[in-house]
Amino acid sequence: MAKTPTPLSKEFLKGLWNENPILRMLLGLCPTLAVTNSAINGLSMGLATTFALLCSSILISLLRKIIPSQVRIAGYIVIIATFVTVADKFLAAYLPEISKALGPYVPLIVVNCIILGRQEAFSSKNGVGRSIIDALGMGSGFILVLLVLGSIRELFGSATIFNLQILGDWFNPWMIMILPPGAFLTLGLLIGLGNWLNERKVKI
Amino acid sequence: MNLLLLFISAAIVNNFVLTYFLGICPFVGVSKRVSSAVSMGLAVMFVMTITAAVTWLIYHLLLVPYHIEILEYVSFILVIASLVQLVEMFIKKVSKPLYDTLGIYLPLITTNCAILGLALFSVLRDYSFVESLVFGIGAGAGFTLALVIMAGIREELELSNIPKPFRGAGITMIVAGSLALAFMGFAGLISM
Repeated sequence: MAKTPTPLSKEFLKGLWNENPILRMLLGLCPTLAVTNSAINGLSMGLATTFALLCSSILISLLRKIIPSQVRIAGYIVIIATFVTVADKFLAAYLPEISKALGPYVPLIVVNCIILGRQEAFSSKNGVGRSIIDALGMGSGFILVLLVLGSIRELFGSATIFNLQILGDWFNPWMIMILPPGAFLTLGLLIGLGNWLNERKVKI
Repeated sequence: MNLLLLFISAAIVNNFVLTYFLGICPFVGVSKRVSSAVSMGLAVMFVMTITAAVTWLIYHLLLVPYHIEILEYVSFILVIASLVQLVEMFIKKVSKPLYDTLGIYLPLITTNCAILGLALFSVLRDYSFVESLVFGIGAGAGFTLALVIMAGIREELELSNIPKPFRGAGITMIVAGSLALAFMGFAGLISM
Protein backbone atom coordinates (compact mmCIF):
# COMPACT_ATOMS: atom_id res chain seq x y z
CA MET A 1 0.00 0.00 0.00
CA ALA A 2 1.48 3.35 1.02
CA LYS A 3 5.17 3.69 0.25
CA THR A 4 6.24 6.15 2.89
CA PRO A 5 3.33 7.25 5.06
CA THR A 6 2.82 11.00 5.00
CA PRO A 7 2.89 12.66 8.42
CA LEU A 8 -0.54 13.03 9.96
CA SER A 9 -0.21 16.80 10.26
CA LYS A 10 0.24 17.00 6.49
CA GLU A 11 -2.81 14.80 5.98
CA PHE A 12 -4.80 17.37 7.97
CA LEU A 13 -3.30 20.53 6.51
CA LYS A 14 -3.76 19.55 2.88
CA GLY A 15 -7.52 19.99 3.30
CA LEU A 16 -7.04 23.55 4.45
CA TRP A 17 -5.12 24.82 1.48
CA ASN A 18 -3.36 22.60 -1.08
CA GLU A 19 -6.36 20.38 -1.70
CA ASN A 20 -9.01 22.71 -0.35
CA PRO A 21 -12.27 21.13 -1.51
CA ILE A 22 -13.86 24.36 -2.70
CA LEU A 23 -11.09 26.66 -3.86
CA ARG A 24 -8.73 24.11 -5.37
CA MET A 25 -10.85 21.06 -6.18
CA LEU A 26 -14.14 22.86 -6.97
CA LEU A 27 -16.24 20.26 -5.17
CA GLY A 28 -19.43 20.86 -3.27
CA LEU A 29 -20.19 24.18 -4.88
CA CYS A 30 -23.98 23.97 -4.57
CA PRO A 31 -24.23 24.30 -0.78
CA THR A 32 -21.30 26.69 -0.83
CA LEU A 33 -23.20 29.15 -2.94
CA ALA A 34 -26.67 28.51 -1.61
CA VAL A 35 -26.36 28.92 2.14
CA THR A 36 -23.66 31.55 2.52
CA ASN A 37 -25.96 34.56 2.67
CA SER A 38 -24.95 34.92 6.31
CA ALA A 39 -21.99 33.78 8.38
CA ILE A 40 -24.08 31.70 10.78
CA ASN A 41 -25.76 29.77 7.95
CA GLY A 42 -22.39 29.08 6.37
CA LEU A 43 -20.96 27.85 9.65
CA SER A 44 -23.86 25.53 10.45
CA MET A 45 -23.83 24.10 6.94
CA GLY A 46 -20.09 23.52 7.26
CA LEU A 47 -20.52 21.75 10.59
CA ALA A 48 -23.37 19.55 9.35
CA THR A 49 -21.35 18.54 6.29
CA THR A 50 -18.26 17.82 8.37
CA PHE A 51 -20.32 15.65 10.70
CA ALA A 52 -21.66 13.58 7.80
CA LEU A 53 -18.20 13.42 6.23
CA LEU A 54 -16.51 12.32 9.45
CA CYS A 55 -19.06 9.62 10.32
CA SER A 56 -19.16 8.21 6.78
CA SER A 57 -15.36 8.21 6.60
CA ILE A 58 -15.09 6.25 9.85
CA LEU A 59 -17.69 3.69 8.83
CA ILE A 60 -16.46 3.29 5.28
CA SER A 61 -12.81 2.92 6.23
CA LEU A 62 -13.90 0.22 8.71
CA LEU A 63 -15.95 -1.55 6.06
CA ARG A 64 -13.52 -0.99 3.21
CA LYS A 65 -12.55 -4.65 2.96
CA ILE A 66 -16.14 -5.89 3.19
CA ILE A 67 -17.92 -3.72 0.60
CA PRO A 68 -17.60 -5.36 -2.85
CA SER A 69 -16.08 -2.90 -5.28
CA GLN A 70 -18.83 -3.34 -7.89
CA VAL A 71 -21.52 -1.89 -5.65
CA ARG A 72 -19.33 0.43 -3.60
CA ILE A 73 -20.79 3.69 -4.89
CA ALA A 74 -24.34 2.65 -4.04
CA GLY A 75 -23.11 1.43 -0.65
CA TYR A 76 -21.33 4.70 0.08
CA ILE A 77 -24.37 6.73 -0.88
CA VAL A 78 -26.64 4.75 1.45
CA ILE A 79 -24.20 5.24 4.34
CA ILE A 80 -23.87 8.95 3.61
CA ALA A 81 -27.64 9.37 3.29
CA THR A 82 -28.12 7.71 6.69
CA PHE A 83 -25.78 10.13 8.45
CA VAL A 84 -27.27 13.09 6.62
CA THR A 85 -30.70 12.04 7.87
CA VAL A 86 -29.27 12.01 11.41
CA ALA A 87 -27.81 15.51 10.95
CA ASP A 88 -31.06 16.78 9.44
CA LYS A 89 -33.25 15.45 12.25
CA PHE A 90 -30.79 16.79 14.84
CA LEU A 91 -30.90 20.29 13.35
CA ALA A 92 -34.69 20.18 13.08
CA ALA A 93 -35.02 19.14 16.73
CA TYR A 94 -32.45 21.39 18.42
CA LEU A 95 -31.87 24.31 16.06
CA PRO A 96 -35.20 24.71 14.25
CA GLU A 97 -34.42 28.24 13.03
CA ILE A 98 -31.21 27.23 11.31
CA SER A 99 -32.85 24.12 9.95
CA LYS A 100 -35.53 26.33 8.43
CA ALA A 101 -33.01 28.76 6.95
CA LEU A 102 -30.99 25.96 5.35
CA GLY A 103 -34.15 24.27 4.05
CA PRO A 104 -33.66 21.51 1.49
CA TYR A 105 -29.91 22.13 1.38
CA VAL A 106 -29.38 19.93 4.45
CA PRO A 107 -30.71 16.77 2.74
CA LEU A 108 -28.75 17.82 -0.33
CA ILE A 109 -25.54 17.11 1.61
CA VAL A 110 -26.16 13.54 0.42
CA VAL A 111 -25.06 14.48 -3.07
CA ASN A 112 -22.27 16.78 -1.93
CA CYS A 113 -19.40 15.60 -4.08
CA ILE A 114 -16.86 16.33 -1.33
CA ILE A 115 -18.17 13.48 0.80
CA LEU A 116 -18.44 10.88 -1.94
CA GLY A 117 -15.14 12.07 -3.39
CA ARG A 118 -13.26 11.60 -0.11
CA GLN A 119 -14.72 8.13 0.38
CA GLU A 120 -13.70 7.09 -3.09
CA ALA A 121 -10.29 8.75 -3.00
CA PHE A 122 -9.27 8.23 0.62
CA SER A 123 -11.38 6.28 3.12
CA SER A 124 -11.74 3.26 0.88
CA LYS A 125 -7.95 2.92 0.76
CA ASN A 126 -6.79 4.03 4.21
CA GLY A 127 -7.21 3.02 7.84
CA VAL A 128 -9.61 4.57 10.32
CA GLY A 129 -7.14 6.93 12.03
CA ARG A 130 -5.91 8.42 8.79
CA SER A 131 -9.45 8.73 7.42
CA ILE A 132 -10.55 10.64 10.52
CA ILE A 133 -7.66 13.10 10.11
CA ASP A 134 -8.42 13.46 6.41
CA ALA A 135 -12.13 14.02 7.03
CA LEU A 136 -11.39 16.61 9.73
CA GLY A 137 -8.94 18.43 7.46
CA MET A 138 -11.31 18.49 4.49
CA GLY A 139 -14.19 19.48 6.74
CA SER A 140 -12.20 22.35 8.24
CA GLY A 141 -11.20 23.56 4.80
CA PHE A 142 -14.85 23.49 3.79
CA ILE A 143 -16.00 25.30 6.95
CA LEU A 144 -13.28 27.91 6.51
CA VAL A 145 -14.35 28.84 2.98
CA LEU A 146 -18.06 28.84 3.90
CA LEU A 147 -17.33 31.08 6.87
CA VAL A 148 -15.25 33.55 4.83
CA LEU A 149 -17.81 33.61 2.03
CA GLY A 150 -20.72 33.98 4.44
CA SER A 151 -18.99 36.78 6.36
CA ILE A 152 -18.14 38.74 3.23
CA ARG A 153 -21.65 38.44 1.87
CA GLU A 154 -23.30 39.27 5.19
CA LEU A 155 -20.95 42.22 5.75
CA PHE A 156 -21.74 43.88 2.43
CA GLY A 157 -25.31 42.63 2.10
CA SER A 158 -26.62 43.44 5.57
CA ALA A 159 -23.72 45.34 7.21
CA THR A 160 -23.43 42.69 9.93
CA ILE A 161 -21.38 39.59 10.75
CA PHE A 162 -23.01 36.95 12.96
CA ASN A 163 -25.85 39.47 13.36
CA LEU A 164 -23.47 41.98 14.99
CA GLN A 165 -23.55 45.44 13.46
CA ILE A 166 -20.14 46.05 11.87
CA LEU A 167 -20.67 48.87 9.44
CA GLY A 168 -22.39 52.05 10.63
CA ASP A 169 -25.53 53.75 9.40
CA TRP A 170 -23.59 55.50 6.66
CA PHE A 171 -23.31 52.21 4.81
CA ASN A 172 -26.08 51.43 2.39
CA PRO A 173 -26.26 47.59 2.22
CA TRP A 174 -25.70 46.06 -1.19
CA MET A 175 -28.78 43.89 -1.48
CA ILE A 176 -27.19 42.06 -4.40
CA MET A 177 -24.63 40.40 -2.12
CA ILE A 178 -27.20 38.29 -0.28
CA LEU A 179 -29.02 37.46 -3.53
CA PRO A 180 -27.83 34.70 -5.91
CA PRO A 181 -25.62 36.88 -8.17
CA GLY A 182 -23.59 38.00 -5.15
CA ALA A 183 -22.84 34.37 -4.32
CA PHE A 184 -21.41 33.65 -7.76
CA LEU A 185 -19.42 36.90 -7.91
CA THR A 186 -17.91 36.53 -4.43
CA LEU A 187 -16.94 32.90 -4.98
CA GLY A 188 -15.42 33.78 -8.37
CA LEU A 189 -13.31 36.49 -6.75
CA LEU A 190 -12.29 34.15 -3.90
CA ILE A 191 -11.20 31.44 -6.34
CA GLY A 192 -9.21 34.03 -8.28
CA LEU A 193 -7.60 35.27 -5.08
CA GLY A 194 -6.76 31.71 -4.04
CA ASN A 195 -5.07 31.00 -7.37
CA TRP A 196 -3.16 34.28 -7.21
CA LEU A 197 -1.86 33.56 -3.69
CA ASN A 198 -0.93 30.05 -4.67
CA GLU A 199 1.06 31.25 -7.64
CA ARG A 200 3.00 33.77 -5.57
CA LYS A 201 3.79 31.13 -2.99
CA VAL A 202 5.30 28.90 -5.66
CA LYS A 203 7.42 31.72 -7.08
CA ILE A 204 8.91 32.69 -3.70
CA MET B 1 -52.99 27.45 -17.19
CA ASN B 2 -51.59 26.91 -13.75
CA LEU B 3 -49.41 24.15 -15.12
CA LEU B 4 -48.02 26.49 -17.77
CA LEU B 5 -47.18 29.03 -15.09
CA LEU B 6 -45.51 26.31 -13.04
CA PHE B 7 -43.44 25.32 -16.07
CA ILE B 8 -42.29 28.88 -16.75
CA SER B 9 -41.60 29.46 -13.09
CA ALA B 10 -39.41 26.35 -12.83
CA ALA B 11 -37.62 26.98 -16.12
CA ILE B 12 -36.96 30.69 -16.02
CA VAL B 13 -38.06 32.66 -12.97
CA ASN B 14 -36.75 30.19 -10.40
CA ASN B 15 -34.08 28.68 -12.59
CA PHE B 16 -32.52 25.74 -10.75
CA VAL B 17 -28.96 26.64 -11.56
CA LEU B 18 -29.01 30.40 -11.26
CA THR B 19 -31.34 30.93 -8.32
CA TYR B 20 -31.24 27.67 -6.33
CA PHE B 21 -27.60 26.78 -7.11
CA LEU B 22 -28.52 23.20 -7.93
CA GLY B 23 -26.43 21.32 -10.45
CA ILE B 24 -23.48 23.69 -10.27
CA CYS B 25 -20.90 20.92 -10.73
CA PRO B 26 -21.99 19.91 -14.26
CA PHE B 27 -22.73 23.58 -14.92
CA VAL B 28 -19.04 24.35 -14.40
CA GLY B 29 -17.75 21.02 -15.70
CA VAL B 30 -19.68 20.44 -18.92
CA SER B 31 -20.13 24.00 -20.17
CA LYS B 32 -17.04 24.25 -22.34
CA ARG B 33 -18.73 23.29 -25.64
CA VAL B 34 -22.26 24.08 -26.77
CA SER B 35 -22.73 20.62 -28.30
CA SER B 36 -21.89 18.71 -25.13
CA ALA B 37 -23.92 21.19 -23.11
CA VAL B 38 -26.99 20.39 -25.20
CA SER B 39 -26.50 16.62 -24.76
CA MET B 40 -25.99 16.93 -21.04
CA GLY B 41 -28.98 19.24 -20.69
CA LEU B 42 -31.26 16.83 -22.53
CA ALA B 43 -30.02 13.85 -20.53
CA VAL B 44 -30.69 15.69 -17.28
CA MET B 45 -34.12 16.79 -18.45
CA PHE B 46 -34.96 13.19 -19.31
CA VAL B 47 -33.84 11.81 -15.96
CA MET B 48 -35.51 14.66 -14.10
CA THR B 49 -38.89 13.97 -15.66
CA ILE B 50 -38.76 10.28 -14.79
CA THR B 51 -37.38 10.99 -11.31
CA ALA B 52 -40.18 13.44 -10.60
CA ALA B 53 -42.75 10.77 -11.45
CA VAL B 54 -41.10 7.85 -9.66
CA THR B 55 -40.15 9.66 -6.46
CA TRP B 56 -43.68 11.05 -6.22
CA LEU B 57 -45.09 7.54 -6.45
CA ILE B 58 -42.60 6.18 -3.91
CA TYR B 59 -43.23 8.97 -1.44
CA HIS B 60 -47.02 8.99 -1.61
CA LEU B 61 -47.69 5.30 -2.14
CA LEU B 62 -44.94 3.74 -0.04
CA LEU B 63 -43.36 6.10 2.49
CA VAL B 64 -46.47 7.97 3.66
CA PRO B 65 -48.85 4.97 4.08
CA TYR B 66 -46.25 3.05 6.08
CA HIS B 67 -45.07 6.10 8.08
CA ILE B 68 -41.46 5.70 7.10
CA GLU B 69 -40.82 9.25 5.85
CA ILE B 70 -37.52 9.10 7.72
CA LEU B 71 -36.21 6.95 4.88
CA GLU B 72 -36.99 9.74 2.42
CA TYR B 73 -33.38 10.67 1.57
CA VAL B 74 -32.05 7.13 1.49
CA SER B 75 -34.84 5.87 -0.75
CA PHE B 76 -34.75 8.89 -3.08
CA ILE B 77 -31.04 8.64 -3.72
CA LEU B 78 -31.27 4.91 -4.29
CA VAL B 79 -34.13 5.44 -6.73
CA ILE B 80 -32.16 8.08 -8.59
CA ALA B 81 -29.02 5.95 -8.76
CA SER B 82 -30.84 2.91 -10.09
CA LEU B 83 -32.93 5.04 -12.42
CA VAL B 84 -29.85 6.55 -14.00
CA GLN B 85 -28.47 3.04 -14.40
CA LEU B 86 -31.72 1.86 -16.03
CA VAL B 87 -31.92 4.85 -18.33
CA GLU B 88 -28.35 4.21 -19.39
CA MET B 89 -29.07 0.58 -20.23
CA PHE B 90 -32.31 1.50 -21.98
CA ILE B 91 -30.72 4.14 -24.19
CA LYS B 92 -27.86 1.80 -25.00
CA LYS B 93 -30.32 -0.82 -26.18
CA VAL B 94 -32.69 1.46 -28.07
CA SER B 95 -30.50 4.08 -29.66
CA LYS B 96 -26.78 3.50 -29.95
CA PRO B 97 -25.98 6.92 -31.51
CA LEU B 98 -27.74 8.74 -28.66
CA TYR B 99 -25.90 6.58 -26.15
CA ASP B 100 -22.58 7.47 -27.71
CA THR B 101 -23.38 11.18 -27.55
CA LEU B 102 -24.46 11.11 -23.91
CA GLY B 103 -22.07 8.33 -22.97
CA ILE B 104 -19.90 9.58 -20.14
CA TYR B 105 -22.38 12.16 -18.89
CA LEU B 106 -25.09 9.70 -17.97
CA PRO B 107 -23.53 8.14 -14.84
CA LEU B 108 -22.53 11.60 -13.65
CA ILE B 109 -26.18 12.56 -13.36
CA THR B 110 -26.53 10.48 -10.18
CA THR B 111 -24.52 12.99 -8.20
CA ASN B 112 -26.20 15.97 -9.81
CA CYS B 113 -27.83 17.72 -6.88
CA ALA B 114 -30.50 19.19 -9.17
CA ILE B 115 -32.14 15.77 -9.43
CA LEU B 116 -32.36 15.10 -5.71
CA GLY B 117 -33.26 18.76 -5.19
CA LEU B 118 -36.15 18.37 -7.57
CA ALA B 119 -37.51 15.37 -5.67
CA LEU B 120 -37.16 17.17 -2.33
CA PHE B 121 -38.79 20.34 -3.59
CA SER B 122 -41.82 18.47 -4.92
CA VAL B 123 -42.34 16.83 -1.54
CA LEU B 124 -41.76 20.09 0.33
CA ARG B 125 -44.25 21.99 -1.82
CA ASP B 126 -46.80 19.19 -1.79
CA TYR B 127 -47.23 19.01 -5.55
CA SER B 128 -49.76 16.67 -7.12
CA PHE B 129 -48.54 13.98 -9.51
CA VAL B 130 -49.12 16.04 -12.65
CA GLU B 131 -47.66 19.14 -11.04
CA SER B 132 -44.45 17.40 -10.08
CA LEU B 133 -44.17 15.99 -13.59
CA VAL B 134 -44.48 19.48 -15.09
CA PHE B 135 -42.11 20.82 -12.44
CA GLY B 136 -39.57 18.18 -13.49
CA ILE B 137 -39.80 19.05 -17.18
CA GLY B 138 -39.60 22.77 -16.44
CA ALA B 139 -36.60 22.43 -14.16
CA GLY B 140 -34.87 20.28 -16.77
CA ALA B 141 -35.58 22.84 -19.48
CA GLY B 142 -34.24 25.60 -17.24
CA PHE B 143 -31.08 23.61 -16.55
CA THR B 144 -30.55 23.06 -20.28
CA LEU B 145 -31.12 26.74 -20.98
CA ALA B 146 -28.61 27.91 -18.38
CA LEU B 147 -26.05 25.33 -19.46
CA VAL B 148 -26.29 26.21 -23.17
CA ILE B 149 -26.09 29.97 -22.57
CA MET B 150 -23.07 29.42 -20.35
CA ALA B 151 -21.36 27.20 -22.93
CA GLY B 152 -21.94 29.82 -25.61
CA ILE B 153 -20.31 32.49 -23.47
CA ARG B 154 -17.41 30.24 -22.53
CA GLU B 155 -16.65 29.45 -26.17
CA GLU B 156 -16.25 33.18 -26.72
CA LEU B 157 -14.24 33.60 -23.54
CA GLU B 158 -11.52 31.34 -24.87
CA LEU B 159 -10.58 34.09 -27.29
CA SER B 160 -10.31 36.80 -24.69
CA ASN B 161 -7.42 37.77 -22.49
CA ILE B 162 -8.34 36.89 -18.90
CA PRO B 163 -6.05 37.57 -15.91
CA LYS B 164 -4.29 34.30 -15.16
CA PRO B 165 -5.63 33.55 -11.66
CA PHE B 166 -9.19 33.90 -12.93
CA ARG B 167 -8.88 31.52 -15.84
CA GLY B 168 -11.16 28.51 -15.63
CA ALA B 169 -13.39 28.39 -12.58
CA GLY B 170 -12.92 31.99 -11.43
CA ILE B 171 -14.20 33.65 -14.57
CA THR B 172 -16.94 31.02 -14.93
CA MET B 173 -18.31 31.98 -11.53
CA ILE B 174 -18.22 35.66 -12.38
CA VAL B 175 -20.00 35.06 -15.69
CA ALA B 176 -22.56 32.94 -13.83
CA GLY B 177 -23.04 35.86 -11.45
CA SER B 178 -23.82 38.17 -14.35
CA LEU B 179 -26.20 35.58 -15.79
CA ALA B 180 -27.94 35.25 -12.43
CA LEU B 181 -28.25 39.03 -12.38
CA ALA B 182 -29.87 38.92 -15.81
CA PHE B 183 -32.27 36.15 -14.74
CA MET B 184 -33.26 38.21 -11.71
CA GLY B 185 -34.94 40.47 -14.22
CA PHE B 186 -37.59 37.77 -14.54
CA ALA B 187 -38.39 37.90 -10.82
CA GLY B 188 -41.91 39.11 -10.30
CA LEU B 189 -42.98 37.87 -13.71
CA ILE B 190 -44.96 35.18 -11.94
CA SER B 191 -45.64 35.21 -8.23
CA MET B 192 -45.97 31.67 -6.96
